[in-house]
Amino acid sequence: MNFPDHLKYTKDHEWVLVDGNVATVGITDFAQSELGDIVYVEIETVGEELNKEEVFGTVEAVKTVSDLFMPLSGKVLERNDAIDGNPESVNSDPYGAGWMIKMEIKDASELSGLLDAAAYRSLIGQ
Amino acid sequence: MSETTTLKSTALSATHIQLGAKMVPFAGYNMPVSYAGLNDEHHTVRNGVGVFDVSHMGEFILKGDRVLDLIQYVTTNDVTQLFDGRVQYSCMPNGNGGIVDDLLVYRIDEKTYMLVVNASNIEKDWNWISKHNTFGVEMKDISDRTSLLAVQGPKALETLQKLTDINLSEVPYYHFKKGKFAGVDNVVISNTGYTGAGGFEVYFDNEVAETIWNAIFEAGAEFGIKPIGLGARDTLRLEMGFCLYGNDIDDTTSPIEAGLGWITKFNKEFIDKSILLEHKEKGVSRKLVGFEMIDRGIPRHDYEIADAQGTVIGKVTSGTQSPTLQKGIGMGYVATAHAKVGTEIYVKVRDKALKAVVVKIPFLKK
Repeated sequence: MNFPDHLKYTKDHEWVLVDGNVATVGITDFAQSELGDIVYVEIETVGEELNKEEVFGTVEAVKTVSDLFMPLSGKVLERNDAIDGNPESVNSDPYGAGWMIKMEIKDASELSGLLDAAAYRSLIGQ
Repeated sequence: MSETTTLKSTALSATHIQLGAKMVPFAGYNMPVSYAGLNDEHHTVRNGVGVFDVSHMGEFILKGDRVLDLIQYVTTNDVTQLFDGRVQYSCMPNGNGGIVDDLLVYRIDEKTYMLVVNASNIEKDWNWISKHNTFGVEMKDISDRTSLLAVQGPKALETLQKLTDINLSEVPYYHFKKGKFAGVDNVVISNTGYTGAGGFEVYFDNEVAETIWNAIFEAGAEFGIKPIGLGARDTLRLEMGFCLYGNDIDDTTSPIEAGLGWITKFNKEFIDKSILLEHKEKGVSRKLVGFEMIDRGIPRHDYEIADAQGTVIGKVTSGTQSPTLQKGIGMGYVATAHAKVGTEIYVKVRDKALKAVVVKIPFLKK
């Protein structure tokens, strides 16, 4: 399984790409593999200010459903509309075409609470 | 399943792990839930051929002069309709109008039957049948030494035909033959399954499991045969509207509520006959229905079902995204007034009431 070193991770199996005060968020390779075939992603929180660990959406796979949690506090700026027509991209390219949201980072001090790739790997026993 | 309990393995568990299967505890067994991915496996069975290891299922051999009387008494279907080589779907009522288990009844000969029961209910079923065995029937539980492969899909017959001289095209649905298969004697080849895709189920001793597994995969190679996990088994059976014990039927559901009136025959004496006859004649307050989502959404086990006013009228017992139909499908018990085909119902998915419609099962039309 692939966990790129330039990303940060959460215990809820999201990855975070930080670029200035904007973060791009998706689910990890481990998460997509555990969920199996993804049918659709529901994100109806664009424009909302949410706290770290609040639910910003859900992923529906054939056999199971899972909530998506904010890795950091801030405003949901944008969702990836392209996954509506191509939900498989979350399975096939979780760190690229399968990204979920872009968000505005409200409190940069929260960044220190994120995991690096090595810490995430050890969390999932890889 | 608590983690401290030791999981049982089938004769093929190691093979599944070697093939890269994702394993899960199921009914006390370490079972493959998926290999290549659920959708891929599902379509393999619908369009080609796939193999399920369902060796966790239980098999009882019942033998004796009054074996027919015992099975007639504990099951709802009419066992006198069977002849040698014929299989019957049936269920066992629990004395309160609920269901102990659903099962397959195989007539091997006049004095010998095989019952195939759900893995999670082996002990319960054994105790239940034993308790009612006042007929001097000899019972043998061969579950632990018996392997079962379901070879399912439109290419299953061609695959298996290479391995036996029995003419499989002359074994109709719900019939079986016992004979030589892949060089092994006394293999039961049964035209049954749980997928609606056609194919056979093959019963044999654990010792030859690997031999038979390998022979089947070699024979099916030209058709792209693949191993299939329990995940796809569930989506395949649900597209056909087949009940799953523990989800759609259990000790609290009547066969009549569950739409199993067709396997409940009142021309004989059996446990709960009077209760079930009353259910049939006076009607039941709830019924198991199939429904398709109109709004985008996937129904899941235990989600509430409501009417247009928001009043809860039932619960989802099984639900999934149908890989074939590409929409959410489910089954659930609803108040009888809402059970008619075409009725609009609402499934509560998280904080939303999503529109669905009651449809005829099977979901998948031939």
